[in-house]
Amino acid sequence: MASHYEAPIRKPLVLGDKGYHEVSVDIAAPVEGRANKMWWIVFSIALAAFLWGVGAIIYTVSTGIGTWGLNKTVNWAWDITNFVWWVGIGHAGTLISAVLLLFRQKWRMAINRSAEAMTIFSVIQAVLFPIIHMGRPWLAYWVVPIPNQFGSLWVNFNSPLLWDVFAISTYLSVSLVFWWTGLLPDFGMLRDRAVKPFQKKIYGLLSFGWTGRAKDWQRFEEVSLVLAGLATPLVLSVHTIVSFDFATSVIPGWHTTIFPPYFVAGAIFSGFAMVQTLLIIMRKVSHLEDYITVQHIELMNIVIMITGSIVGCAYITELFIAWYSGVEYEQYAFLNRATGPYWWAYLLMMTCNVVSPQVMWFKKIRTSIVISFIISIVVNIGMWFERFVIIVTSLHRDYLPSSWTMFSPTFVDIGIFIGTIGFFFVLFLLYSRTFPVIAQAEVKSILKSSGDRYKKLRDAGQPLYTIKKNGIVRETVLGEESTAATPVKSSTGLIKALGSFDKETQEVDDLKKVKGIGPLMEKTLNGLGIYSFLQLSKLTKTEYDLLDSITEAFPGRAQRDDWAGQAKLLLNNKN
Amino acid sequence: MADTIIHAYYDDDDVLMHAVKRVKAKKLHIEEVYCPFPVHGLDKAMGLEPTRIAITSFMYGCLGLTVAIVMMKFIMIDDWPMDIGGKPSFSYIENMPAFVPVMFELTVFFAAHLMVITFYLRSRLWPFKEAENPDPRTTDDHFIMEIEVHNNEDELKDLLLDTGAVELNIIKNNH
Repeated sequence: MASHYEAPIRKPLVLGDKGYHEVSVDIAAPVEGRANKMWWIVFSIALAAFLWGVGAIIYTVSTGIGTWGLNKTVNWAWDITNFVWWVGIGHAGTLISAVLLLFRQKWRMAINRSAEAMTIFSVIQAVLFPIIHMGRPWLAYWVVPIPNQFGSLWVNFNSPLLWDVFAISTYLSVSLVFWWTGLLPDFGMLRDRAVKPFQKKIYGLLSFGWTGRAKDWQRFEEVSLVLAGLATPLVLSVHTIVSFDFATSVIPGWHTTIFPPYFVAGAIFSGFAMVQTLLIIMRKVSHLEDYITVQHIELMNIVIMITGSIVGCAYITELFIAWYSGVEYEQYAFLNRATGPYWWAYLLMMTCNVVSPQVMWFKKIRTSIVISFIISIVVNIGMWFERFVIIVTSLHRDYLPSSWTMFSPTFVDIGIFIGTIGFFFVLFLLYSRTFPVIAQAEVKSILKSSGDRYKKLRDAGQPLYTIKKNGIVRETVLGEESTAATPVKSSTGLIKALGSFDKETQEVDDLKKVKGIGPLMEKTLNGLGIYSFLQLSKLTKTEYDLLDSITEAFPGRAQRDDWAGQAKLLLNNKN
Repeated sequence: MADTIIHAYYDDDDVLMHAVKRVKAKKLHIEEVYCPFPVHGLDKAMGLEPTRIAITSFMYGCLGLTVAIVMMKFIMIDDWPMDIGGKPSFSYIENMPAFVPVMFELTVFFAAHLMVITFYLRSRLWPFKEAENPDPRTTDDHFIMEIEVHNNEDELKDLLLDTGAVELNIIKNNH
């Protein structure tokens, strides 16, 4: 027996008086409604930024990497900074959906769908950078170990950059199927709610024909659990391998064993900050405050505070080990980071990443939506600078003081970065209008344990359900036309609009000639007083709706088949 | 297909679970239950076998690991051994540590994707597949229990109404 007990001390995760149907309605509302002005404004800005990025990418590819600010000392800068930043942001999505699933954290259910969407969209941005940096992106498939026409020329499996190819592509594709599998039941819900045929078709296609049999659900849950078990080590491996890009080199400042755990913690830190940024906006715009509650924001803030502190520990450990190693080059790299010409970037990183999340120790602050939003932005800026500091300050003063230099980005560097931010928001905004942004099937499964309505019932000592014994019985006969007479409801309004018909003087048309009208429907229409094509040809939107409300047979069917148009044609042919 | 089947609609998962148990107690076979969300314990109550999909995932993972080992042995050791950074590829075991990340990734890749494909095929889920749930409400807030009638229509009707079904649909097939 499914037990819905939950300790009374736990606060409800779904606020408001909501049953299963209300959840469907709330989650479907942003998809079924129309986009407001705000959405179009933000979408236009994001699209403009994206197009600027496309222009910058085209310029880079057609002219060459020389359009970037790289020089012979700093030969790797914004491209890899942005790559690591975007991959890192992606990590929170998997952490929320996989790790919190393994730990059975129910609060994940309101945010996992959007967090996973964020993962996929941000990893797409990340992947763009190495591909553009290849210079000839149409040859990107050369990173795949395929037999080729160059003799036995294979990719190098000793290289961390190739490990990255495998890690990122596995991560992106596994995240995608994890996300999509979870989406199937929710697309099914949208499909079954859809009224317009186009939407029904699209969501039917996206839902892969999800039917929701008991066996499907049993497999669905097992698949989710196993995918979570696979995704957890996967997400740790991805940023570990990203950190290998640096850690396996011999550059002072990069050659650091602490990198893998430090990068993973930083990734979760920045990813949670991005989830926070997106969800604080989305809960407001899509009216999901009852699902993404202040409690969710508070819990995410706690994760941000803890991972921020881990990152802070890593920064300090790094400094200590650099001094303790006794290696002069190592010591100088870190001294230069903190006190050299890039001191401002280092200070920014320390303040944003280590100091700012510490305010979350105060409950008042971590339950304040405005401050949470500001901190989430601050953390994302800080984490970008962390990657910039690690990459550029380790390179700009190398072993040969004569080649010491600074890095300054060109408008192309900036354009591509802004472009990926635009692309990310374009994808996320489209997602928020067309996808079920909350895993409604999962939310329904915890509604009785964590929903406000049921918590109140339990507190009041009332049963969560009652067995009613007055169900209705109906019969359906397959394989033959039902001859039951359709009850005729009031049709005066309809006849007034379409014109009345006098059987004595006028000729009765064969309405079955109209596609979509069968013998049964003809009988119904006759019952309403509709006998001729002339009457049908006068159908407009109002009359269609009226007709639908009277017949209740196939909502929208008459209009879709364009009975009026067909009737007009038939009328013309007759005359 | 039997001549007559009954679809019993429920609007609550707890009521459904009680009903499933009562129907099973009468030694009746439940053809199918359609749910809008996973109801824990329903599979056991209905008498469904546990799923073996996790076992397939383990086997796919082993396959992925094997593919990774064989592929990298062939490429890096047998076909074209290279001397990279003064570290020549003489034997598999000496080079193996560098192959661990890719071994891991391919294990996960195979285990995850092939398991999901298996799930989609076994549960008949793919693009352009038509949904087979008998009522659109089963993805919203209704549960349907499907039972075949074998000359016990009235008895079944009474039982199902007594278990709290909000609606019964008796489907007669005259084909």
